[in-house]
Amino acid sequence: MRIGIVCPYSWDVPGGVQFHIRDLAEYFIRLGHEVSVLAPADDDTPLPPYVVSAGRAVPVPYNGSVARLNFGFLSAARVRRWLHEGAFDVIHIHEPTSPSLGLLTCWAARGPIVATFHTSNPRSRAMIAAYSILQAALEKISARIAVSEYARRTLVEHLGGDAVVIPNGVDVDFFAKAEPKAEWQGETIGFIGRIDEPRKGLPVLMKALPKILAARPRARLLVAGRGDEEEAVESLPAELRSRVEFLGMVSDEDKARFLRSVDLYVAPNTGGESFGIILVEAMSAGAPVLASDLDAFAQVLDRGEAGELFPNEDADALADAAVRLLGDPGRRAELRERGSAHVRRFDWATVGADILSVYETVTAGAAAVAEDERTTGLWGRLGLARD
Amino acid sequence: MTATLIWILVALVVVGLYLSWTAGRLDRLHARIDAARAALDAQLLRRASVAQELATSGVLDPAASIVLYEAAHAARQAEEEQREVAESELSQALRAVFGEVQQVEAVREAPGGEEAAEELAQAVRRVPMARRFHNDAVRAARALRRHRKVRWFRLAGHAPFPLAFEMDDEPPAALADRAA
Repeated sequence: MRIGIVCPYSWDVPGGVQFHIRDLAEYFIRLGHEVSVLAPADDDTPLPPYVVSAGRAVPVPYNGSVARLNFGFLSAARVRRWLHEGAFDVIHIHEPTSPSLGLLTCWAARGPIVATFHTSNPRSRAMIAAYSILQAALEKISARIAVSEYARRTLVEHLGGDAVVIPNGVDVDFFAKAEPKAEWQGETIGFIGRIDEPRKGLPVLMKALPKILAARPRARLLVAGRGDEEEAVESLPAELRSRVEFLGMVSDEDKARFLRSVDLYVAPNTGGESFGIILVEAMSAGAPVLASDLDAFAQVLDRGEAGELFPNEDADALADAAVRLLGDPGRRAELRERGSAHVRRFDWATVGADILSVYETVTAGAAAVAEDERTTGLWGRLGLARD
Repeated sequence: MTATLIWILVALVVVGLYLSWTAGRLDRLHARIDAARAALDAQLLRRASVAQELATSGVLDPAASIVLYEAAHAARQAEEEQREVAESELSQALRAVFGEVQQVEAVREAPGGEEAAEELAQAVRRVPMARRFHNDAVRAARALRRHRKVRWFRLAGHAPFPLAFEMDDEPPAALADRAA
Protein backbone atom coordinates (compact mmCIF):
# COMPACT_ATOMS: atom_id res chain seq x y z
CA MET A 1 0.00 0.00 0.00
CA ARG A 2 1.23 3.54 -0.71
CA ILE A 3 0.79 5.52 2.48
CA GLY A 4 1.26 9.27 2.89
CA ILE A 5 1.55 10.61 6.43
CA VAL A 6 1.32 14.30 7.30
CA CYS A 7 3.12 15.59 10.38
CA PRO A 8 2.02 19.06 11.54
CA TYR A 9 5.02 19.87 13.73
CA SER A 10 8.66 20.48 12.89
CA TRP A 11 10.56 17.25 12.37
CA ASP A 12 13.70 18.70 14.00
CA VAL A 13 11.91 19.45 17.30
CA PRO A 14 11.39 16.32 19.42
CA GLY A 15 7.80 15.73 20.48
CA GLY A 16 5.22 13.03 21.10
CA VAL A 17 3.44 13.38 17.76
CA GLN A 18 6.71 13.34 15.80
CA PHE A 19 7.94 10.20 17.58
CA HIS A 20 4.59 8.53 17.01
CA ILE A 21 4.77 9.27 13.28
CA ARG A 22 8.39 8.12 13.06
CA ASP A 23 7.62 4.79 14.73
CA LEU A 24 4.45 4.32 12.68
CA ALA A 25 6.26 5.02 9.41
CA GLU A 26 9.09 2.65 10.30
CA TYR A 27 6.63 -0.06 11.33
CA PHE A 28 4.85 0.15 7.95
CA ILE A 29 8.15 0.20 6.05
CA ARG A 30 9.21 -2.99 7.87
CA LEU A 31 5.96 -4.59 6.71
CA GLY A 32 6.85 -3.69 3.12
CA HIS A 33 4.53 -0.73 2.53
CA GLU A 34 5.66 2.41 0.77
CA VAL A 35 5.57 5.34 3.15
CA SER A 36 6.21 9.04 2.65
CA VAL A 37 5.98 11.54 5.51
CA LEU A 38 5.40 15.22 4.80
CA ALA A 39 6.70 17.34 7.65
CA PRO A 40 7.84 20.90 8.30
CA ALA A 41 11.62 21.03 8.44
CA ASP A 42 14.42 23.42 7.64
CA ASP A 43 15.76 22.68 4.21
CA ASP A 44 19.22 21.91 5.59
CA THR A 45 18.21 19.50 8.40
CA PRO A 46 19.16 15.91 7.65
CA LEU A 47 15.97 13.87 7.24
CA PRO A 48 15.36 10.11 7.07
CA PRO A 49 14.81 8.93 3.48
CA TYR A 50 11.05 8.63 3.91
CA VAL A 51 10.51 12.24 5.07
CA VAL A 52 9.74 15.04 2.60
CA SER A 53 10.23 18.60 3.80
CA ALA A 54 7.31 21.00 3.48
CA GLY A 55 9.50 23.98 4.21
CA ARG A 56 10.30 25.81 7.37
CA ALA A 57 7.59 26.31 9.97
CA VAL A 58 6.96 29.95 10.86
CA PRO A 59 6.58 30.94 14.51
CA VAL A 60 3.30 32.83 14.94
CA PRO A 61 1.22 33.69 17.97
CA TYR A 62 -1.68 31.24 18.01
CA ASN A 63 -4.08 30.15 20.72
CA GLY A 64 -2.28 31.91 23.55
CA SER A 65 1.27 30.81 22.79
CA VAL A 66 3.77 30.91 19.96
CA ALA A 67 3.27 27.97 17.64
CA ARG A 68 5.42 26.97 14.70
CA LEU A 69 3.08 26.47 11.78
CA ASN A 70 3.14 25.99 8.05
CA PHE A 71 0.71 27.86 5.88
CA GLY A 72 0.58 30.20 2.95
CA PHE A 73 1.13 29.87 -0.75
CA LEU A 74 4.50 28.10 -0.68
CA SER A 75 3.45 25.41 1.79
CA ALA A 76 0.20 24.80 -0.09
CA ALA A 77 2.19 24.34 -3.31
CA ARG A 78 4.50 21.84 -1.64
CA VAL A 79 1.52 19.93 -0.27
CA ARG A 80 0.02 19.69 -3.76
CA ARG A 81 3.29 18.56 -5.28
CA TRP A 82 3.71 15.90 -2.58
CA LEU A 83 0.17 14.63 -3.22
CA HIS A 84 0.74 14.60 -6.94
CA GLU A 85 4.09 12.80 -6.84
CA GLY A 86 3.11 10.37 -4.09
CA ALA A 87 0.01 8.90 -5.80
CA PHE A 88 -1.03 7.52 -2.42
CA ASP A 89 -3.69 4.90 -1.71
CA VAL A 90 -4.42 6.56 1.59
CA ILE A 91 -3.20 9.63 3.45
CA HIS A 92 -3.01 9.83 7.19
CA ILE A 93 -3.16 13.33 8.67
CA HIS A 94 -2.17 14.01 12.24
CA GLU A 95 -3.75 16.83 14.19
CA PRO A 96 -5.97 18.07 11.34
CA THR A 97 -7.44 20.98 13.31
CA SER A 98 -4.17 22.83 13.85
CA PRO A 99 -3.80 25.52 11.17
CA SER A 100 -0.80 23.87 9.61
CA LEU A 101 0.09 21.16 7.11
CA GLY A 102 -2.73 18.85 8.20
CA LEU A 103 -5.43 21.32 7.37
CA LEU A 104 -3.71 22.32 4.12
CA THR A 105 -3.60 18.68 3.04
CA CYS A 106 -7.24 18.13 3.95
CA TRP A 107 -8.07 21.14 1.84
CA ALA A 108 -6.06 20.07 -1.17
CA ALA A 109 -6.72 16.32 -1.32
CA ARG A 110 -9.60 14.03 -2.01
CA GLY A 111 -9.91 10.28 -1.65
CA PRO A 112 -9.40 8.12 1.44
CA ILE A 113 -8.19 10.38 4.24
CA VAL A 114 -7.56 9.10 7.76
CA ALA A 115 -6.97 11.57 10.59
CA THR A 116 -5.63 11.11 14.10
CA PHE A 117 -6.60 13.60 16.79
CA HIS A 118 -3.84 13.66 19.41
CA THR A 119 -4.60 16.55 21.73
CA SER A 120 -7.93 17.35 23.23
CA ASN A 121 -7.87 21.11 22.68
CA PRO A 122 -10.99 22.93 23.69
CA ARG A 123 -12.37 24.75 20.69
CA SER A 124 -10.43 27.99 20.24
CA ARG A 125 -11.89 31.34 19.24
CA ALA A 126 -10.12 31.20 15.91
CA MET A 127 -11.63 27.81 15.23
CA ILE A 128 -15.15 29.08 15.84
CA ALA A 129 -14.56 31.95 13.42
CA ALA A 130 -13.13 29.59 10.82
CA TYR A 131 -15.68 26.91 11.61
CA SER A 132 -17.39 26.72 8.24
CA ILE A 133 -14.08 26.58 6.37
CA LEU A 134 -12.76 24.03 8.83
CA GLN A 135 -15.92 21.97 8.59
CA ALA A 136 -15.68 21.84 4.80
CA ALA A 137 -12.11 20.56 5.06
CA LEU A 138 -12.78 18.15 7.93
CA GLU A 139 -15.77 16.65 6.11
CA LYS A 140 -13.35 15.03 3.71
CA ILE A 141 -11.86 12.83 6.43
CA SER A 142 -13.24 9.33 5.89
CA ALA A 143 -11.99 7.88 9.18
CA ARG A 144 -11.16 9.58 12.44
CA ILE A 145 -8.91 8.08 15.09
CA ALA A 146 -8.70 9.37 18.64
CA VAL A 147 -5.77 8.35 20.82
CA SER A 148 -7.88 7.77 23.93
CA GLU A 149 -11.49 7.55 25.01
CA TYR A 150 -10.96 10.96 26.59
CA ALA A 151 -9.70 12.49 23.33
CA ARG A 152 -12.65 10.90 21.51
CA ARG A 153 -15.10 12.51 23.91
CA THR A 154 -13.69 16.00 23.39
CA LEU A 155 -13.61 15.44 19.67
CA VAL A 156 -17.27 14.42 19.59
CA GLU A 157 -18.22 17.39 21.76
CA HIS A 158 -16.41 19.96 19.66
CA LEU A 159 -16.74 18.69 16.13
CA GLY A 160 -19.60 16.18 16.31
CA GLY A 161 -19.40 12.83 14.56
CA ASP A 162 -17.53 9.87 15.91
CA ALA A 163 -14.05 8.30 15.98
CA VAL A 164 -12.48 4.95 16.72
CA VAL A 165 -10.07 4.78 19.62
CA ILE A 166 -6.60 3.47 18.80
CA PRO A 167 -3.97 4.24 21.42
CA ASN A 168 -0.47 5.49 20.68
CA GLY A 169 2.02 2.71 20.10
CA VAL A 170 5.11 1.81 22.07
CA ASP A 171 7.90 -0.63 21.25
CA VAL A 172 7.27 -2.66 24.40
CA ASP A 173 10.22 -5.01 24.00
CA PHE A 174 12.68 -2.15 23.60
CA PHE A 175 11.79 -1.12 27.16
CA ALA A 176 11.23 -4.61 28.55
CA LYS A 177 14.69 -5.77 27.45
CA ALA A 178 16.71 -2.73 28.55
CA GLU A 179 19.56 -3.36 30.99
CA PRO A 180 18.98 -1.81 34.45
CA LYS A 181 21.75 0.49 35.70
CA ALA A 182 22.98 -0.20 39.25
CA GLU A 183 23.47 3.45 40.17
CA TRP A 184 19.79 4.17 39.47
CA GLN A 185 18.59 1.33 41.68
CA GLY A 186 17.85 1.10 45.41
CA GLU A 187 14.71 2.92 46.62
CA THR A 188 14.67 5.30 43.71
CA ILE A 189 11.72 7.35 42.56
CA GLY A 190 11.78 8.30 38.89
CA PHE A 191 10.38 11.32 37.07
CA ILE A 192 10.73 12.14 33.39
CA GLY A 193 9.58 15.40 31.86
CA ARG A 194 10.28 19.08 31.37
CA ILE A 195 11.37 20.49 34.72
CA ASP A 196 10.14 24.02 34.04
CA GLU A 197 6.74 23.00 32.66
CA PRO A 198 4.38 23.17 35.68
CA ARG A 199 1.78 20.95 33.95
CA LYS A 200 4.25 18.08 34.08
CA GLY A 201 3.78 18.32 37.84
CA LEU A 202 7.33 18.38 39.26
CA PRO A 203 6.31 21.11 41.79
CA VAL A 204 3.66 18.74 43.23
CA LEU A 205 6.26 16.02 43.61
CA MET A 206 8.69 18.48 45.22
CA LYS A 207 5.99 19.43 47.72
CA ALA A 208 5.43 15.79 48.60
CA LEU A 209 9.12 14.95 48.78
CA PRO A 210 9.99 16.04 52.37
CA LYS A 211 7.30 13.70 53.72
CA ILE A 212 8.47 10.80 51.54
CA LEU A 213 12.13 11.27 52.45
CA ALA A 214 11.25 11.53 56.15
CA ALA A 215 9.49 8.18 56.07
CA ARG A 216 12.00 6.46 53.75
CA PRO A 217 15.47 7.72 54.77
CA ARG A 218 17.26 5.85 51.95
CA ALA A 219 14.98 7.01 49.13
CA ARG A 220 16.24 9.19 46.28
CA LEU A 221 14.49 11.10 43.50
CA LEU A 222 15.91 10.89 39.97
CA VAL A 223 14.77 13.51 37.50
CA ALA A 224 15.34 13.23 33.75
CA GLY A 225 14.41 16.20 31.59
CA ARG A 226 15.35 19.66 30.47
CA GLY A 227 14.97 22.78 32.61
CA ASP A 228 16.43 24.92 35.36
CA GLU A 229 17.61 22.56 38.12
CA GLU A 230 18.30 25.28 40.72
CA GLU A 231 14.79 26.62 40.41
CA ALA A 232 13.25 23.16 40.67
CA VAL A 233 14.73 22.42 44.11
CA GLU A 234 14.15 25.95 45.45
CA SER A 235 11.13 24.92 47.51
CA LEU A 236 13.05 22.04 49.09
CA PRO A 237 14.89 22.37 52.47
CA ALA A 238 18.64 22.64 51.81
CA GLU A 239 19.55 19.37 53.56
CA LEU A 240 17.26 17.36 51.28
CA ARG A 241 18.53 18.79 47.99
CA SER A 242 21.37 16.28 47.79
CA ARG A 243 18.81 13.50 47.51
CA VAL A 244 17.48 14.79 44.23
CA GLU A 245 19.60 13.90 41.22
CA PHE A 246 19.18 15.62 37.86
CA LEU A 247 20.19 13.66 34.81
CA GLY A 248 19.33 16.29 32.19
CA MET A 249 18.03 15.15 28.82
CA VAL A 250 18.47 11.40 28.37
CA SER A 251 18.75 9.36 25.18
CA ASP A 252 16.10 6.77 24.26
CA GLU A 253 18.37 3.97 25.46
CA ASP A 254 19.04 5.65 28.78
CA LYS A 255 15.34 6.38 29.20
CA ALA A 256 14.59 2.68 28.85
CA ARG A 257 17.38 1.75 31.30
CA PHE A 258 16.17 4.47 33.67
CA LEU A 259 12.63 3.08 33.68
CA ARG A 260 13.98 -0.46 34.12
CA SER A 261 15.99 0.64 37.17
CA VAL A 262 13.68 2.82 39.27
CA ASP A 263 11.61 1.30 42.07
CA LEU A 264 8.69 3.64 41.52
CA TYR A 265 7.76 5.87 38.60
CA VAL A 266 5.74 8.96 39.53
CA ALA A 267 3.68 10.95 37.00
CA PRO A 268 2.27 13.94 38.90
CA ASN A 269 1.03 15.77 35.75
CA THR A 270 -1.68 18.32 36.54
CA GLY A 271 -3.44 18.51 33.18
CA GLY A 272 -3.19 18.89 29.44
CA GLU A 273 -2.56 15.20 28.80
CA SER A 274 -4.67 13.35 26.27
CA PHE A 275 -2.84 10.04 26.39
CA GLY A 276 0.19 9.49 28.64
CA ILE A 277 2.73 7.61 26.53
CA ILE A 278 5.30 7.85 29.34
CA LEU A 279 3.11 5.67 31.57
CA VAL A 280 2.99 3.03 28.86
CA GLU A 281 6.77 3.19 28.53
CA ALA A 282 7.20 2.90 32.28
CA MET A 283 4.88 -0.13 32.42
CA SER A 284 6.71 -1.69 29.46
CA ALA A 285 9.94 -1.42 31.39
CA GLY A 286 8.24 -3.01 34.38
CA ALA A 287 8.29 0.08 36.59
CA PRO A 288 5.45 0.31 39.16
CA VAL A 289 3.53 3.49 38.28
CA LEU A 290 1.97 6.06 40.59
CA ALA A 291 0.11 8.75 38.62
CA SER A 292 -2.31 11.62 39.13
CA ASP A 293 -5.90 10.65 38.37
CA LEU A 294 -6.28 12.60 35.11
CA ASP A 295 -8.90 11.06 32.81
CA ALA A 296 -6.31 10.05 30.25
CA PHE A 297 -3.98 8.52 32.85
CA ALA A 298 -6.79 6.61 34.57
CA GLN A 299 -7.65 5.07 31.23
CA VAL A 300 -4.10 4.09 30.34
CA LEU A 301 -3.72 2.53 33.79
CA ASP A 302 -6.96 0.56 33.39
CA ARG A 303 -8.81 2.53 36.11
CA GLY A 304 -6.02 1.91 38.59
CA GLU A 305 -5.69 -1.83 37.93
CA ALA A 306 -2.30 -1.58 36.22
CA GLY A 307 -0.90 1.27 38.30
CA GLU A 308 -1.89 3.38 41.29
CA LEU A 309 -3.66 6.74 41.08
CA PHE A 310 -3.70 9.68 43.50
CA PRO A 311 -6.01 12.73 43.47
CA ASN A 312 -4.61 15.33 41.06
CA GLU A 313 -2.42 18.06 42.68
CA ASP A 314 -2.77 16.48 46.12
CA ALA A 315 0.84 16.36 47.38
CA ASP A 316 -0.15 14.68 50.66
CA ALA A 317 -1.94 11.83 48.93
CA LEU A 318 1.02 11.45 46.58
CA ALA A 319 3.42 11.25 49.54
CA ASP A 320 1.28 8.69 51.38
CA ALA A 321 0.94 6.47 48.34
CA ALA A 322 4.65 6.68 47.52
CA VAL A 323 5.67 5.82 51.09
CA ARG A 324 3.27 2.89 51.16
CA LEU A 325 4.48 1.54 47.81
CA LEU A 326 8.19 1.93 48.64
CA GLY A 327 7.60 -0.05 51.84
CA ASP A 328 5.63 -2.83 50.16
CA PRO A 329 7.74 -4.88 47.72
CA GLY A 330 4.86 -7.36 47.29
CA ARG A 331 2.49 -4.70 45.99
CA ARG A 332 5.17 -3.34 43.67
CA ALA A 333 5.83 -6.78 42.24
CA GLU A 334 2.09 -7.15 41.67
CA LEU A 335 1.95 -3.80 39.84
CA ARG A 336 4.97 -4.76 37.71
CA GLU A 337 3.26 -7.95 36.67
CA ARG A 338 -0.11 -6.37 35.90
CA GLY A 339 1.52 -3.46 34.10
CA SER A 340 3.61 -5.73 31.88
CA ALA A 341 0.53 -7.76 30.87
CA HIS A 342 -1.70 -4.71 30.37
CA VAL A 343 0.83 -2.90 28.21
CA ARG A 344 0.78 -5.46 25.39
CA ARG A 345 -2.26 -3.75 23.89
CA PHE A 346 -0.11 -0.67 23.28
CA ASP A 347 2.60 -2.58 21.44
CA TRP A 348 3.19 -1.55 17.82
CA ALA A 349 2.27 -5.05 16.71
CA THR A 350 -1.31 -4.45 17.94
CA VAL A 351 -1.60 -0.71 17.33
CA GLY A 352 -0.03 -0.86 13.87
CA ALA A 353 -2.34 -3.69 12.83
CA ASP A 354 -5.36 -1.68 14.00
CA ILE A 355 -4.27 1.39 12.06
CA LEU A 356 -3.72 -0.77 9.00
CA SER A 357 -7.25 -2.15 9.47
CA VAL A 358 -8.53 1.42 9.34
CA TYR A 359 -6.60 2.04 6.10
CA GLU A 360 -7.99 -1.13 4.57
CA THR A 361 -11.53 -0.28 5.64
CA VAL A 362 -11.46 3.15 3.99
CA THR A 363 -9.56 2.17 0.87
CA ALA A 364 -11.77 -0.85 0.10
CA GLY A 365 -13.52 0.11 -3.11
CA ALA A 366 -12.40 3.73 -3.03
CA ALA A 367 -10.25 5.49 -5.61
CA ALA A 368 -6.72 6.55 -4.70
CA VAL A 369 -5.87 9.93 -3.23
CA ALA A 370 -5.77 12.79 -5.74
CA GLU A 371 -5.63 16.54 -5.76
CA ASP A 372 -9.01 18.10 -5.17
CA GLU A 373 -9.35 20.34 -8.16
CA ARG A 374 -12.66 21.72 -7.03
CA THR A 375 -11.01 23.57 -4.22
CA THR A 376 -7.55 24.25 -5.53
CA GLY A 377 -7.81 25.36 -9.14
CA LEU A 378 -9.44 28.54 -10.36
CA TRP A 379 -11.37 26.52 -12.89
CA GLY A 380 -12.63 24.37 -10.08
CA ARG A 381 -13.83 27.38 -8.20
CA LEU A 382 -15.71 28.58 -11.25
CA GLY A 383 -17.36 25.20 -11.48
CA LEU A 384 -15.67 24.36 -14.79
CA ALA A 385 -13.40 21.56 -13.61
CA ARG A 386 -13.77 18.22 -15.31
CA ASP A 387 -15.05 15.77 -12.74
CA MET B 1 -28.30 52.88 -12.87
CA THR B 2 -25.70 50.80 -14.69
CA ALA B 3 -23.62 50.70 -11.53
CA THR B 4 -26.52 49.24 -9.54
CA LEU B 5 -27.12 46.65 -12.22
CA ILE B 6 -23.47 45.64 -12.20
CA TRP B 7 -23.54 45.30 -8.42
CA ILE B 8 -26.64 43.14 -8.54
CA LEU B 9 -25.00 40.98 -11.18
CA VAL B 10 -21.81 40.63 -9.11
CA ALA B 11 -23.85 39.68 -6.05
CA LEU B 12 -25.75 37.06 -8.03
CA VAL B 13 -22.53 35.55 -9.37
CA VAL B 14 -21.05 35.39 -5.86
CA VAL B 15 -24.16 33.71 -4.47
CA GLY B 16 -24.13 31.30 -7.41
CA LEU B 17 -20.51 30.36 -6.83
CA TYR B 18 -21.18 29.82 -3.14
CA LEU B 19 -24.15 27.58 -3.86
CA SER B 20 -22.18 25.62 -6.44
CA TRP B 21 -19.38 25.14 -3.93
CA THR B 22 -21.87 23.94 -1.32
CA ALA B 23 -23.40 21.53 -3.81
CA GLY B 24 -19.89 20.19 -4.47
CA ARG B 25 -19.38 19.67 -0.74
CA LEU B 26 -22.66 17.82 -0.48
CA ASP B 27 -21.84 15.69 -3.49
CA ARG B 28 -18.53 14.73 -1.93
CA LEU B 29 -20.26 13.82 1.32
CA HIS B 30 -22.71 11.58 -0.49
CA ALA B 31 -19.84 9.87 -2.26
CA ARG B 32 -18.15 9.38 1.11
CA ILE B 33 -21.32 7.80 2.54
CA ASP B 34 -21.54 5.43 -0.44
CA ALA B 35 -17.93 4.33 -0.01
CA ALA B 36 -18.35 3.93 3.75
CA ARG B 37 -21.54 1.93 3.27
CA ALA B 38 -19.82 -0.37 0.76
CA ALA B 39 -16.97 -0.89 3.23
CA LEU B 40 -19.43 -1.65 6.04
CA ASP B 41 -21.31 -4.14 3.84
CA ALA B 42 -18.04 -5.86 2.99
CA GLN B 43 -17.04 -6.18 6.64
CA LEU B 44 -20.48 -7.46 7.70
CA LEU B 45 -20.48 -10.01 4.93
CA ARG B 46 -16.98 -11.14 5.82
CA ARG B 47 -18.00 -11.57 9.45
CA ALA B 48 -21.09 -13.60 8.56
CA SER B 49 -19.06 -15.80 6.19
CA VAL B 50 -16.39 -16.63 8.75
CA ALA B 51 -19.07 -17.32 11.35
CA GLN B 52 -20.89 -19.65 8.98
CA GLU B 53 -17.65 -21.39 8.06
CA LEU B 54 -16.87 -22.00 11.72
CA ALA B 55 -20.41 -23.19 12.38
CA THR B 56 -20.17 -25.85 9.67
CA SER B 57 -16.56 -26.84 10.40
CA GLY B 58 -17.41 -29.30 13.17
CA VAL B 59 -14.98 -27.64 15.58
CA LEU B 60 -17.80 -26.31 17.75
CA ASP B 61 -20.25 -28.46 19.68
CA PRO B 62 -23.55 -29.14 17.86
CA ALA B 63 -25.64 -26.71 19.91
CA ALA B 64 -23.21 -23.83 19.40
CA SER B 65 -22.94 -24.75 15.71
CA ILE B 66 -26.69 -24.49 15.21
CA VAL B 67 -27.00 -21.16 17.07
CA LEU B 68 -24.13 -19.67 15.09
CA TYR B 69 -25.26 -21.08 11.76
CA GLU B 70 -28.80 -19.75 12.23
CA ALA B 71 -27.61 -16.26 13.11
CA ALA B 72 -25.01 -16.09 10.34
CA HIS B 73 -27.45 -17.37 7.76
CA ALA B 74 -30.15 -14.90 8.85
CA ALA B 75 -27.66 -12.02 8.69
CA ARG B 76 -26.63 -12.89 5.14
CA GLN B 77 -30.17 -13.33 3.89
CA ALA B 78 -31.74 -10.37 5.70
CA GLU B 79 -33.80 -7.83 3.77
CA GLU B 80 -32.62 -4.24 4.01
CA GLU B 81 -35.19 -3.33 6.73
CA GLN B 82 -34.30 -6.40 8.82
CA ARG B 83 -30.56 -6.03 8.38
CA GLU B 84 -29.72 -4.09 11.54
CA VAL B 85 -31.67 -6.55 13.71
CA ALA B 86 -30.19 -9.63 12.03
CA GLU B 87 -26.61 -8.32 12.30
CA SER B 88 -27.17 -7.43 15.97
CA GLU B 89 -28.40 -10.97 16.57
CA LEU B 90 -25.27 -12.33 14.95
CA SER B 91 -23.21 -10.18 17.34
CA GLN B 92 -25.15 -11.67 20.25
CA ALA B 93 -24.68 -15.21 18.95
CA LEU B 94 -20.95 -14.64 18.52
CA ARG B 95 -20.73 -13.29 22.05
CA ALA B 96 -22.61 -16.30 23.38
CA VAL B 97 -20.41 -18.80 21.54
CA PHE B 98 -17.03 -17.10 21.90
CA GLY B 99 -17.59 -15.61 25.35
CA GLU B 100 -14.94 -17.85 26.88
CA VAL B 101 -11.25 -18.00 26.15
CA GLN B 102 -11.33 -21.83 26.14
CA GLN B 103 -13.68 -21.91 23.16
CA VAL B 104 -11.36 -19.65 21.16
CA GLU B 105 -8.40 -21.82 22.17
CA ALA B 106 -10.26 -24.93 20.98
CA VAL B 107 -10.84 -23.33 17.58
CA ARG B 108 -7.18 -22.31 17.31
CA GLU B 109 -6.03 -25.84 18.01
CA ALA B 110 -8.11 -27.40 15.24
CA PRO B 111 -6.40 -27.79 11.84
CA GLY B 112 -6.74 -24.49 9.97
CA GLY B 113 -8.34 -23.03 13.07
CA GLU B 114 -5.60 -20.50 13.67
CA GLU B 115 -6.48 -18.64 10.47
CA ALA B 116 -10.22 -18.91 11.04
CA ALA B 117 -9.93 -17.50 14.56
CA GLU B 118 -7.68 -14.71 13.31
CA GLU B 119 -10.10 -13.88 10.51
CA LEU B 120 -13.03 -13.79 12.90
CA ALA B 121 -11.12 -11.61 15.38
CA GLN B 122 -10.31 -9.23 12.55
CA ALA B 123 -13.90 -9.17 11.33
CA VAL B 124 -15.42 -8.45 14.74
CA ARG B 125 -12.92 -5.63 15.17
CA ARG B 126 -13.49 -4.09 11.77
CA VAL B 127 -17.28 -4.07 11.82
CA PRO B 128 -17.47 -1.44 14.61
CA MET B 129 -14.77 0.58 12.84
CA ALA B 130 -16.55 0.59 9.50
CA ARG B 131 -19.86 1.39 11.18
CA ARG B 132 -18.38 4.35 13.03
CA PHE B 133 -16.87 5.75 9.83
CA HIS B 134 -20.19 5.31 8.04
CA ASN B 135 -22.24 6.98 10.74
CA ASP B 136 -19.73 9.79 10.98
CA ALA B 137 -20.18 10.51 7.27
CA VAL B 138 -23.96 10.31 7.66
CA ARG B 139 -23.87 12.79 10.51
CA ALA B 140 -21.79 15.28 8.48
CA ALA B 141 -24.13 15.02 5.48
CA ARG B 142 -27.24 15.40 7.61
CA ALA B 143 -25.81 18.50 9.31
CA LEU B 144 -25.21 20.12 5.94
CA ARG B 145 -28.52 19.04 4.44
CA ARG B 146 -30.49 20.53 7.29
CA HIS B 147 -29.03 23.93 6.47
CA ARG B 148 -31.40 26.53 4.98
CA LYS B 149 -29.34 27.17 1.86
CA VAL B 150 -29.44 23.47 0.99
CA ARG B 151 -33.18 23.08 1.62
CA TRP B 152 -34.25 26.30 -0.12
CA PHE B 153 -32.22 25.74 -3.24
CA ARG B 154 -32.73 21.96 -3.22
CA LEU B 155 -29.00 21.39 -3.54
CA ALA B 156 -29.34 17.77 -2.46
CA GLY B 157 -31.40 16.93 -5.54
CA HIS B 158 -33.15 13.58 -5.27
CA ALA B 159 -30.56 11.89 -3.06
CA PRO B 160 -32.36 10.09 -0.20
CA PHE B 161 -31.90 11.51 3.30
CA PRO B 162 -28.95 9.50 4.71
CA LEU B 163 -29.66 7.13 7.59
CA ALA B 164 -27.22 5.89 10.20
CA PHE B 165 -26.66 2.14 10.52
CA GLU B 166 -27.61 1.23 14.08
CA MET B 167 -26.68 -2.16 15.46
CA ASP B 168 -25.14 -3.95 18.42
CA ASP B 169 -21.54 -4.53 17.32
CA GLU B 170 -19.94 -5.33 20.67
CA PRO B 171 -17.29 -7.99 19.92
CA PRO B 172 -17.00 -11.19 22.02
CA ALA B 173 -14.74 -10.58 25.02
CA ALA B 174 -12.42 -13.52 24.30
CA LEU B 175 -11.76 -12.31 20.74
CA ALA B 176 -11.47 -8.61 21.56
CA ASP B 177 -9.02 -9.03 24.42
CA ARG B 178 -5.81 -7.42 23.27
CA ALA B 179 -3.73 -8.22 26.33
CA ALA B 180 -2.72 -11.69 25.14
